[in-house]
Amino acid sequence: MGAKLETKEKEKKWEPKILAFLCRWCSYAGADLTGSSRTSYPPNVRILRVPCSGRVNPLFILKTLRSGMDGVLVSGCHPGDCHYTAGNYNARRKFAILARLLEYVGIDPRRVQFSWISASEGDKFAKVVSKVVADVQALGPNELFRLPQGGQTAKGAASAHE
Amino acid sequence: MARIGVFVCHCGTNIAGTVDVKYVAEEMSKEKGVIISRDYKYMCSDPGQNIIKEYIRLYKLDRVVVASCSPLLHERTFQNTVKEEGLNPYLMEMANIREQCSWVHKDRAEATLKAIELIKMSVAKVRMNEPLFPKRIPLERKALVIGGGISGMQAALDIAMVGHPVILVERAPSIGGRMAQFDKTFPTLDCAACILTPKMVDVRSNPNIRILTYSEVESVEGYVGNFEVKIRKKARSVDMSKCTGCGECMQKCPSRVDSEFDLGLGKRKAIYIPFPQAVPNVPVIDRAHCRFFTQGKCKVCQKVCPAEAINYEQTDEIITEKVGAIVAATGFDLSDPNDYSEYGGGRYKDVINGLQFERMINASGPTEGHLKRPSDGKEPKTIVFIQCVGSRDENLGRPYCSKMCCMYTAKHAILTKEHIPDAQVYVFYIDIRAAGKNYEEFVRRAIEQYGANYLRGRVSRIFEKNGKLIVRGADTLLRSQVEIEADMVVLATALVARSDAIKVAQMLGIPYDQNRFFTEMHPKLAPVENVTAGIYLTGACQAPKDIPDSVASASGASVKVCVLFANEELISDPMTAQINPALCSLCKTCVDLCPFSAIVEEEVKRPDGQTQRQMRVIDGVCHGCGACVASCRPGAITLKGYTDQQIFSEIESLASNF
Ligand code: SF4
Ligand code: SF4
Repeated sequence: MGAKLETKEKEKKWEPKILAFLCRWCSYAGADLTGSSRTSYPPNVRILRVPCSGRVNPLFILKTLRSGMDGVLVSGCHPGDCHYTAGNYNARRKFAILARLLEYVGIDPRRVQFSWISASEGDKFAKVVSKVVADVQALGPNELFRLPQGGQTAKGAASAHE
Repeated sequence: MARIGVFVCHCGTNIAGTVDVKYVAEEMSKEKGVIISRDYKYMCSDPGQNIIKEYIRLYKLDRVVVASCSPLLHERTFQNTVKEEGLNPYLMEMANIREQCSWVHKDRAEATLKAIELIKMSVAKVRMNEPLFPKRIPLERKALVIGGGISGMQAALDIAMVGHPVILVERAPSIGGRMAQFDKTFPTLDCAACILTPKMVDVRSNPNIRILTYSEVESVEGYVGNFEVKIRKKARSVDMSKCTGCGECMQKCPSRVDSEFDLGLGKRKAIYIPFPQAVPNVPVIDRAHCRFFTQGKCKVCQKVCPAEAINYEQTDEIITEKVGAIVAATGFDLSDPNDYSEYGGGRYKDVINGLQFERMINASGPTEGHLKRPSDGKEPKTIVFIQCVGSRDENLGRPYCSKMCCMYTAKHAILTKEHIPDAQVYVFYIDIRAAGKNYEEFVRRAIEQYGANYLRGRVSRIFEKNGKLIVRGADTLLRSQVEIEADMVVLATALVARSDAIKVAQMLGIPYDQNRFFTEMHPKLAPVENVTAGIYLTGACQAPKDIPDSVASASGASVKVCVLFANEELISDPMTAQINPALCSLCKTCVDLCPFSAIVEEEVKRPDGQTQRQMRVIDGVCHGCGACVASCRPGAITLKGYTDQQIFSEIESLASNF
């Protein structure tokens, strides 16, 4: 299997790498439902569980882009449904500002997207993921912000870009 | 140096079918800090858990990663596993390689690589984990039940019978709920009142139950074991301690209005009890229709009341109570007949819904049990019942089955024939869903014994012609059009969530689905629990449920409440925020952000004797959302279990492997 996997990796053309921060009450459970309903979505996303979208520090997003990933999704509960009443609003306010900063420094704000996905919206999670992947795919690799090539954290991006 | 063990689960073929678990386990054993890595068919099973324990012992593991299903399913399971072996449960992390990997990808190589990355992420995180210690918090052994229908009453009774005090809040003037409106119940044709009203009396006479009717829960604060609820007791305008329930006032009241209880088929007075067996048997004044309140004079009720119980000055009262658990039993609504323009959209008087039929056929209802056309009071000879009105209808955004309609329509068909033996009964249906004990037999009885004509197909239109209702539809079995000249049509309208379901859900922290029904913690294994600890669900607020299901779920919910109350103390979630005063600049941004007011400012004595102001998170109050952490500019706050370091190492791991 090992060798097969390596060639598989070599053959790969550039594919965007996206990190999704999902709140554990709504969006993470929504992603679980996508799984239990066996709805497939592009394999370009990895999920990181946080208690609430409000826990996501803008620094996490910058760090993610800096270490070579191409896009970020932050998803929380729908307005009014936050398990902690208003964490999702806080998050949204923060990301509105972050989006402006990204634009200002020359990073397309579409690399960082925000959505509301409830625990019963398995289909929506698949759709949102597909959209983010397509958007970032269109933008191309995140070259501007990631650490220099060959750097430990940019390894994935470098090899993918050959 | 950490000593990590990685345990990769096959989940039968759920994971192993798509992910090469052996290869994954092999690869993981090469990861830094991983002492041992192995796979097994079912990690959550007893032998699976024993493997984990044995390896912890054998290899002196101090951290564990289980790569299997979603942590939402089994985090608790594996935390307990490692705990049994003496490891702090927060030194276990899960990698979700089922819901997030094997179930959503088909390509074996791709899924295998992804699984490895996901596990590496968890390994990176677990390395940074620290032991966490939950605190013990006291709990209030008193329950609040919201909704006084059959579900709420059953829950209140069960909890009270164990000996715990219960507050039962009902917004109508009487408990009883929907079931009080029914005539007979399927499939036994028991009289609903005969089985319901004794239960209402039980509730009233149970010393542990405090009934608050004509009341609504206004706010809920706090957390499991320690909720603080505010209940608005609406002004009844009648002094409950004086009223003897003689009913003089209701007889003399000059103001007549449509009765909600009879769904507009009958009248009530402005001072009223909704139905004769109401509990409590104390009327309320409907101020919107009372002559004194609207026109300034009347006071007839006050004059006639022998007990001097009428009090026009009464105001709403806010009651504050501390409770440890809350049961939501808020029930359902019926969909609006105006939705169905093809059936007259509420314009034809003789097109009624199933609940109106119940009132009409009920001996204590507005027509004293006689079926009468609302338009002219004549006895209908041809009655058409239409099932699935508004249910299973994608166009209306209501794809679900309302579950009860097949059964109550069969019941209505039987009752019609019993009242008017020469009546012609037609039932339009799409499918008959009679999956329940003695349900199928009941429907067969309606057809075979009572001669109800069941027609498979939809009704496309109803229109009025010469005082009759022309029902036009299709019989899909005969593949022909049918037209029936009916005297009355009964629509089995969909059961829907309460119009204010979302408001209640948000107040209690209950998730809800696209149909606004409340979502249980797990559809199969935790059907009465909720993600919000201490909140339980029962009855039709979750989905359409009939009486047996509602009663069963109510008893289920009350057992869960009693299980909670059986604890000496509760164990709090240790994943709370913590402020490092050395870094804090006292800006207090966090204070305003914290939704639970968990952050306080205090004076502390320094070693040099000086006092100093300092911010502190109250452990029992913090819910661990992390809002403060993400907004603290000097980085003085950490969230245990989700520290910046943990999240950064996950990001870094991912960046170097993805
Ligand atoms: S936000 Fe941070 S710095 Fe400001 S008061 Fe709270 S803990 Fe202190
Ligand atoms: S983590 Fe959330 S609940 Fe806890 S103190 Fe911070 S803002 Fe308040």
